[in-house]
Amino acid sequence: MPRTSLTVDGVRYDEEVEPRLLLVHLLRDRLGRTGTPVGCDTSNCGACTVLLDGVSVKSCSVLAVQADGSDVVTVEGLAEGTEWHPMQRAFHEEHALQCGYCTPGMIMAAIDLLRDDPDPSEEAVRAGLEGNLCRCTGYTNIVRAVRRGAREMSRPDGERETAGPSATPGPGAARQETEGQVRTP
Amino acid sequence: MTEQLDAGLVAERIAESDALGTPSAAHEVGRARRRKEDARLVTGRTTWTDNIQLPGMMYVAFLRSPMAHARITRVDTSAARDRPGVVAVYDGRDLADEQGSLPCAWPVSEDVLIPDHPPMAVDEVRYVGEAVACVVATDRYRAADALEAIEIDYEPLDAVLDMTEALTAGSPRVHEGASAGNRAFTWRFSGGDIEEAFRDAPVVIERTYVQQRLIPTAMEPRAVVATTDGDSFTLYSATQIPHVLRVMLALTTGIPEHKLRVVAPDVGGGFGSKLQVTAEEVLALLLTRRLGRPVKWTESRSEGNLTAHHGRDQLQRIRVAADRDGRVRGVQVNLLADMGAYLMLITPGVPLLGAFMYNGIYKMDAYDFTCTGVFTTKVPTDAYRGAGRPEATFAIERAMEELAHELGMDPVELRRRNWITHEEFPYTTICGLTYDSGNYEAATERALALLGYDKLRAEQADRRDRRDPVQLGIGVSTFTEMCGLAPSRVLGSLSYGAGGWEHASVRMLPTGKVEVVTGSSPHGQGHETAWSQIVADALGVPFEDVSVLHGDTAVSHKGMDTYGSRSLVVGGVAVLAACEKVKERARILAAHMLEASADDVEFADGTFTVRGTGVGKTIQELALATFAAHDLPDGFEPALDADATFDPDNFSFPHGTHLCAAEVDTETGAVRIRAYVAVDDVGSVVNPLIVEGQVHGGIAQGVAQALFEEAVHDAEGNLLTATMADYLIPAASDLPAFVTDRTETPSTTNPLGVKGVGEAGTIASTPAVVNAVVDALRPFGVNDVRMPCTPERVWRAVTEAGTPADGPPVSGAPATGSSAAGSSAAGSPDTGSPDTGSPDTGSPDTGSSTTGTGAGTGSEGGDR
Repeated sequence: MPRTSLTVDGVRYDEEVEPRLLLVHLLRDRLGRTGTPVGCDTSNCGACTVLLDGVSVKSCSVLAVQADGSDVVTVEGLAEGTEWHPMQRAFHEEHALQCGYCTPGMIMAAIDLLRDDPDPSEEAVRAGLEGNLCRCTGYTNIVRAVRRGAREMSRPDGERETAGPSATPGPGAARQETEGQVRTP
Repeated sequence: MTEQLDAGLVAERIAESDALGTPSAAHEVGRARRRKEDARLVTGRTTWTDNIQLPGMMYVAFLRSPMAHARITRVDTSAARDRPGVVAVYDGRDLADEQGSLPCAWPVSEDVLIPDHPPMAVDEVRYVGEAVACVVATDRYRAADALEAIEIDYEPLDAVLDMTEALTAGSPRVHEGASAGNRAFTWRFSGGDIEEAFRDAPVVIERTYVQQRLIPTAMEPRAVVATTDGDSFTLYSATQIPHVLRVMLALTTGIPEHKLRVVAPDVGGGFGSKLQVTAEEVLALLLTRRLGRPVKWTESRSEGNLTAHHGRDQLQRIRVAADRDGRVRGVQVNLLADMGAYLMLITPGVPLLGAFMYNGIYKMDAYDFTCTGVFTTKVPTDAYRGAGRPEATFAIERAMEELAHELGMDPVELRRRNWITHEEFPYTTICGLTYDSGNYEAATERALALLGYDKLRAEQADRRDRRDPVQLGIGVSTFTEMCGLAPSRVLGSLSYGAGGWEHASVRMLPTGKVEVVTGSSPHGQGHETAWSQIVADALGVPFEDVSVLHGDTAVSHKGMDTYGSRSLVVGGVAVLAACEKVKERARILAAHMLEASADDVEFADGTFTVRGTGVGKTIQELALATFAAHDLPDGFEPALDADATFDPDNFSFPHGTHLCAAEVDTETGAVRIRAYVAVDDVGSVVNPLIVEGQVHGGIAQGVAQALFEEAVHDAEGNLLTATMADYLIPAASDLPAFVTDRTETPSTTNPLGVKGVGEAGTIASTPAVVNAVVDALRPFGVNDVRMPCTPERVWRAVTEAGTPADGPPVSGAPATGSSAAGSSAAGSPDTGSPDTGSPDTGSPDTGSSTTGTGAGTGSEGGDR
């Protein structure tokens, strides 16, 4: 049986795998990295998106053996300790998730999108995320979140918002806690 | 004695430490709190059902019928049993004695035919995808491999696909021997004198609308894990209804209810698709019972498209009688509803949920409704976001648009002349429902202002004058809906098998923290956050000090679960009621400890105070006092905890005005939503962020029905849209930004003043979009475009309608670059969005400054 050696979220694995084993099933069923879900079987939905050597891929469309020698980052590998990645915080702040099933893939795709375009327009975000489907949000808040995440990521580390969970709402909180307002995108 | 001492010691230590919470004066209800749920969801620490791994767990794969209708003549599973890793293989005959029949909880009429529905087909298959055999193996790959080795012979029978043909005497029958042919039931309802309303009516609009079949498509595919210790069973399922499921599974499998625990872990969306008792849930339990080992089944998306219930699929004939001044006299509806092959949990009830809504927000003299449920050899239909109400709202809002056109009246003006004015609430409609509150005028005025209605009408006139190939249409939808399901007595009168109450428990922990147990079962709605806000205000405790538990029948023993926009208006109110009970108990204890009369004790911001003094006890101190229980009033149980079960007196009636401005390229058929404005009134709001999110997502699904989605079968009954590559779920590039706002007219039927919001956007948006498309094409004489309004359908509508003398020119063929416009049969799945290939239409910024930016111009299908 072929072997594949890869790093997943900073941990090195050497695994014997069937040649047909999908990367996403290696991650989920063998390595217990269940933060990356599967939403379809035709590589349309993007829920399983991970970074493979820094580039976003749909891990349902990559064989485990193809990832041999690669560095894989999943949504579980983004936070540094208890400090969330700016894109995770942005999704939280902008209410860019409801059921959250598409969220890991959406966040990973968004991070990759910013490699080419660190300050994307609304149109660029919409076009850039067309390979990731969400059924809950209607995308309006996802677009806001990606643009917010982009702004945060382009700021020097010291000026970023502090760590994630809702105990410390970010600067946008006050704005959005106004009731009944209309926001123009 | 020793025990009491220990408890006292613990209590002292808690009191001395910082662990005891302090009261909170913060006002939580109405705040845009960020969600508590997000922490696990954005970091990937969720527990989706498919994440669950149990020791010794086996994987299940199902072999499914490739035929829409056939007799099973031979099954040979022997070769599959010899495949590596295979533990067991079963076909329907192996399970026939114990699998029972999948339940239908809504026998809508006395004449309803509820056919036997074995979870695994035994003799006959009635839709493509029906389970015929299963393999249990050591991993998912081996289970799937072994399916190939199962041999099944089928004797083909005639497929039954078209509802109208199915009702003819000569039609093949889905269920042989059914005396009523393919008719599942007929259900009638009326109010007023419909003949009188139509007699001599100056204007009668008569239209037929097709509600296409839809695939709900929650992002998380269905998944089940079942396990047993030999005595009791646990079923983990991606379900919306763990409590209902437990009852139904007990009745179906014979596993006693108290030996069955059902858990809905993190659930990745539902939209009605997980409001079901599925064959796979029943079979997983049977398999774990037989094998004594845990089993898991997770559907692939393609498998889900074939076998999870579909939505909509109705043929609506609507007649509206009106006076020349636009006053509606009566509405008559004749509905055919495709049940598919079997009646599942609430299959026949879905159209009934719409029956009371075809009058919309309008006053009229008479109403008459007839629905016939029809069996076909397709996967059963059942609830999909809105369930009956989107269909009703579509029909009446489309018909009002047609009536306005017929009368040469502005569609908003026509609605004004007919709607219930805000002074008239509470108003009992022709359907006998009492709308408790609303303000259609306010929501409409706000929406018109936000859209820049007059300016867009002027632009529309200009484009018509210029014969611009890109025409502008403005679609109006002024909707209401009945949700917050539901008063139990009403459900009983409609023959539904259960009540509509909801349960909650509030537990005061010794350290002053609060656990809330809810019978609602969220799958994306944010209950953990919203319920925390309600409890924080009610008990005066910090938002952070509240935890919400749900979705596990061992934790939350009683519940009616989440669907029908009911969670907040029923379950949230139950939480509030439980808090009130906690407070009443705490008041008695506080009076005792403060040596005052309970009547003199006031509660504010988490502290009970003797009126006129500064002396008080916090609710946290009182919780601790019941833990120690050293000094309680005589006969006072040492607990503040309380349960409440709330049964609403009435439905909830959110309403709103949705306006859509769409640019329609008459040369390519491409539709681009230029602006979408939604002003919803969902009463008082607990969390505006969550409300806005629900509206956004709801609109997206309604737009998807209008423009993108359709489950398509071929002539043999094969589902052509069985994958996500073929069934077009809109992506970000297919949708515009939505502009949303609210008016607030509190509900008068619950103490929170809240109304449901989960389905509102979906109910409102579909007719707004189609009305906009038709409005754009009026100069061509187009009066309807069947959904989804794909570029091909729009182009054909323009082309076939011809050119009126003073209308814009009809020119060109569909853009050759547009795969959607170029696809063949009507109703074929689109591979691109309507925006694909659309030329730049020029000036997206010419509209109101409040309009959203239409997205997707020039976007490509990409890898979708």
